[in-house]
Amino acid sequence: MIEAIGLTKRYGSTVAVDDLSFTVQPGMVTGFLGPNGAGKSTTMRMVLGLDNPTSGRALIDGKRYAALHRPLTQVGSLLDANWVHPNRSARAHLRFMAASNKLPARRVDEVLELVGLSSVARKAVGKFSLGMKQRLGLAGALLGDPQVLLFDEPVNGLDPEGIYWIRTFMKNLAAQGRTVFVSSHLLSEMALTADHLIVIGRGRLIADAATTDFIAQATRSSIRVRSPRLTDLRAALIGANLQVVDSAPGAVAALEVLDAPIEQVGELAGAAGITLHELTAQQGSLEEAFIQLTGDSVEYGGSRAGAPGGAAPPGSSFRPSGSPPPGGPLVPGGAPTGPPAATGPISPAPQDGPR
Amino acid sequence: MTLLNVERIKLFSTRSPYWCLAAIAAASLGFATLFGLVENGEAALPYIFLRGVGLGMSIYMVLAALAITTEYRFGTIRNTFLGVPRRAAVLLAKTVLLALIGAVVGLVAALASYFLAKALAQDPPVPLELSTWDDWRQVVGYGAIFAIAAVIAVSVGTIVRQSAGAIAILLLWPLIIESLFTLIPTVGEKVGPWLPFAASDKIVAPTTGIANLFQPGGGPDALQGLLVFAGTAVVLWLIALLLLQKRDA
Repeated sequence: MIEAIGLTKRYGSTVAVDDLSFTVQPGMVTGFLGPNGAGKSTTMRMVLGLDNPTSGRALIDGKRYAALHRPLTQVGSLLDANWVHPNRSARAHLRFMAASNKLPARRVDEVLELVGLSSVARKAVGKFSLGMKQRLGLAGALLGDPQVLLFDEPVNGLDPEGIYWIRTFMKNLAAQGRTVFVSSHLLSEMALTADHLIVIGRGRLIADAATTDFIAQATRSSIRVRSPRLTDLRAALIGANLQVVDSAPGAVAALEVLDAPIEQVGELAGAAGITLHELTAQQGSLEEAFIQLTGDSVEYGGSRAGAPGGAAPPGSSFRPSGSPPPGGPLVPGGAPTGPPAATGPISPAPQDGPR
Repeated sequence: MTLLNVERIKLFSTRSPYWCLAAIAAASLGFATLFGLVENGEAALPYIFLRGVGLGMSIYMVLAALAITTEYRFGTIRNTFLGVPRRAAVLLAKTVLLALIGAVVGLVAALASYFLAKALAQDPPVPLELSTWDDWRQVVGYGAIFAIAAVIAVSVGTIVRQSAGAIAILLLWPLIIESLFTLIPTVGEKVGPWLPFAASDKIVAPTTGIANLFQPGGGPDALQGLLVFAGTAVVLWLIALLLLQKRDA
């Protein structure tokens, strides 16, 4: 179990982490979500005793990291896969970590086998691809067979196969009853991996909820209808006290009905004898929900044109419904209405936190 | 012991220490060979032909500083602290290991250079004999110098956390900064010999005979030189420890 109690970190006048309190439970994957620069890495570093909090505490099973005996046997972490000496072999890298916690060299070979790096164990790490370094970092985290695991943006820069592999790995670790705390700036990724979410923005807690609840709450649903008799349809819907919004100019003429059961919309149209060309239930994408929630707390956001809710960043990697949020500007094909937001899933530079 | 072993694995699993050790051997033995052979070894005074070992000390300081600065450069210092959150223990282990290796390297380099020059020099200005303690001191003193220099280098490396900066300090300090200080009228002359690296030289400097002519008058004797040099190392080490504890890794 990981606990943060009033955790605060200041760099000069910048507050990177602001009075953050949360608990991470064992037996599930807990996602730690926030835009770049929200303070995720800083928080993890404080939990691991690398950074000293300005105030507050971070505890692992009730103890500060520094007070842990043979910490690698209790806590495993992968904060940055590039924390390796390029001329050192993968095996030597793990061997010094193992030796520091009195773990046998045999264990090093075991974890190398586990992550599939046995064949390159004696190669210099500098020649490794990012995916291989991630695996090496994971091997390091697993060295002491710890009950608590922390991963900082583990899927960044990985190919789909690597992402799938890490995701499955984390789920398995949690299924074994371990505490798995994984940060990401991708809600879509967390939706697939995490059972529980802790969401922060600008160092402050925004949400602490089960992933399904968070997504249900954050993404509003709407019904999209098209009809040759749009005006009559609008009148019928408004007559039934439903909230109706026109689609954005330039797009195919359509109506968005907010917070209504899809059956009701169909029945109303049927009763009025109006032909429908389309009747679709839509859910706002996860990214949009995320941007909406953290919108005020983006540290390095580009300016975003458009109404509240913002437009989805172009080419969102994963969008359950592929639709802009109801009430937001409707744009054909979900094209961007402004520069991509820093929170976008394809935004480059996974650099996180003030350094 | 566990932590010494950790530091040993880290040190010898990269290439730079081997290069540095090779360079130390080349500098020490090269200088000894040169003085042993040139003019039948007429200039082969231990204090002079062991200057190559003195150069080796600078190289060893680079090795020792890199042992900590590369950890910052590549971030492995975090892996180290994740394994051992007691930072004082980490710094102590690293320092002790490098000081121990330094003692051995300095000693071996000096003895090897001595016997090489002795074997080569046909007409040395003084008999190359290790009979008195004073003879021994001029050779084995390098063991102490290397060990203390290693402590200084690890401390400076920990304080500046940056290879280029640390190496610049460690090379410029003995070679330039102390020499420039000596140029200051009156004060420079009096204090100059007491500056750490000038003082360290007294550990192996001759006190009698022709070789003594090369020595400026005044300043510390061998023991005082040792104490000044070691004292500097202790102070720097404590500053390094304080910063290491206080700073974020």
